[in-house]
Amino acid sequence: MFDLNALKSRFGNGIAESTFRDNRRIVVPAESIYPILEFLKVEQGFDMLIDVTAVDYLEYPGATDRFGVVYSLLSVANNERLIVKTFVNPPNPQLPSVYPLWKSADWLEREVYDMFGIVFPGHPDLRRILLPEEFTAFPLRKDYPLKGVGERHNFPVITRAES
Amino acid sequence: MPLTQLETAAPDSPEQEYLWTLNFGPQHPATHTTLRLVLTLDGEKVVDAVPDIGFLHSGFEKLGEHLDFNQYVTIVDRMNYLSPLANEIAWHHAVEKLLNIELTPRCKVLRTILAELMRMHDHLLNVGTTGLDLGAFTAFLYAFQQRELIYDIVEYASGQRFHTSYTRVGGVSFDVNEDWANKVRKFVKGFRPVHQEIHKLLTRNRIFIERTKGIGVLTKEDAINLGATGPVARASGVVRDLRKDEPYLAYSDFDFQVVCSQGGDCYARYLVRMQELIESVKIIEQAIENIPQGPVNIDASTDIVLPAKPAVYRSIEGLIQHFEVLMPNRGFDVPQEEVYAATESPNGELGFYIVGNGTPRAYRARTRPPSFVHFSIFPHMIRGHQLSDVVAVLGSINIIAAELDR
Repeated sequence: MFDLNALKSRFGNGIAESTFRDNRRIVVPAESIYPILEFLKVEQGFDMLIDVTAVDYLEYPGATDRFGVVYSLLSVANNERLIVKTFVNPPNPQLPSVYPLWKSADWLEREVYDMFGIVFPGHPDLRRILLPEEFTAFPLRKDYPLKGVGERHNFPVITRAES
Repeated sequence: MPLTQLETAAPDSPEQEYLWTLNFGPQHPATHTTLRLVLTLDGEKVVDAVPDIGFLHSGFEKLGEHLDFNQYVTIVDRMNYLSPLANEIAWHHAVEKLLNIELTPRCKVLRTILAELMRMHDHLLNVGTTGLDLGAFTAFLYAFQQRELIYDIVEYASGQRFHTSYTRVGGVSFDVNEDWANKVRKFVKGFRPVHQEIHKLLTRNRIFIERTKGIGVLTKEDAINLGATGPVARASGVVRDLRKDEPYLAYSDFDFQVVCSQGGDCYARYLVRMQELIESVKIIEQAIENIPQGPVNIDASTDIVLPAKPAVYRSIEGLIQHFEVLMPNRGFDVPQEEVYAATESPNGELGFYIVGNGTPRAYRARTRPPSFVHFSIFPHMIRGHQLSDVVAVLGSINIIAAELDR
């Protein structure tokens, strides 16, 4: 069972808890994200990582940090969910990979890297996953427009002479 | 005798220099959709498989930030196109959680019936094409004939066979009538005999068993650690079904069972899907006799759903309300909050993480697609098996590339 007090006594008071509808959420500092997630997995039974995603808070009213990275955890035995969120900032947004804890983080972290450019040191194979390797931008960032600039020149044009 | 998993040396070790590489897809009949696998083979044994995805990536999540909650339903339709309505229901389930909308009893039961029809739709295709890929053509025809009947039912309700765009925030676009209920009753009545025939064609078919039993084994620990959900997890013995564990819509009112298996192989996944078809039929049988009377949409005065057409044409209040809903920056009262809500889609846990910023558009509309996580498990399942098992395993985890790539 999730025990906030155990978490706080172990990692100090930098942890903020909130509840919205039926979602329990904690916001934790980025530097202690890996030990906290490890603690939640090993000590508190959150054995499944449902989702890793990110939010770009560039245009969000009242936001102070640029990127929020959201881990959705699930404890199968206790039927309990917990959303763990942390913030990272440019110029080098990075977080330790949780692949050693949950293997499902493999593609999920690759997608976050692909779409937001957040780097996960410790990931075994951090490549772009949905977009082509040559792509240079991170399209789910808010400074990337809906209708594209500069995608076309990423794809080489085969002329009739070359074909 | 089923094939057993063989020991494999690391692909880059010197004694493996004779390995060869096979490109499987992106256009291959057995992948069903556009996905590519780079297989490293030792003779016919698969040493490693590297999936290469993204061929159908079309920026759905970016579009979700630019379309309002009702418009985006036309996009989520196109994610898992085998069960479009299940996606719509999942999307609006998340939106309604963000907006704190309680649906009417009639809408809850109606959506439950549609969600279960979509589960049958998806499982029928999966069972049929798994057989088809392994050479059993006949079961495929039985399954697809039943799918056509589901299309008819959905068309009668929404006007569209396939990409229905049927649900709305706070309700559905059209109410159903007694004729529709009779269509569903007729379908349900005729389904069990056909299900029995598919059973007879596949379940004890020796070729089918030898092609699926012991192939692509996923243990319970791996299923949890690798993030498997839905039928894939349940076939590995993970007793988890969001319909029971986190009841939504009207599922807590109906009597049904969570289907699990211990095997964890392709055959177990087939059996779980076959039995889930029967459980879905049970839910529909109970629900169709108990559709509550009353309005299907929530009260129009909340400025969330469109008022009835006669009110729009004949009263100024109705007309004003109509435009309040349709004009940009009007209508929804959206909190500046974030919410994760998931439903049990036919393939597994389909969740949406929505960030609201006070406007009727999502600031971020993240989809948690089950196919994406399941396909990342695929290399783990196929290593050590034969090349011909690739299609069996691919079929059994039911990858939908549009949902995979979004």
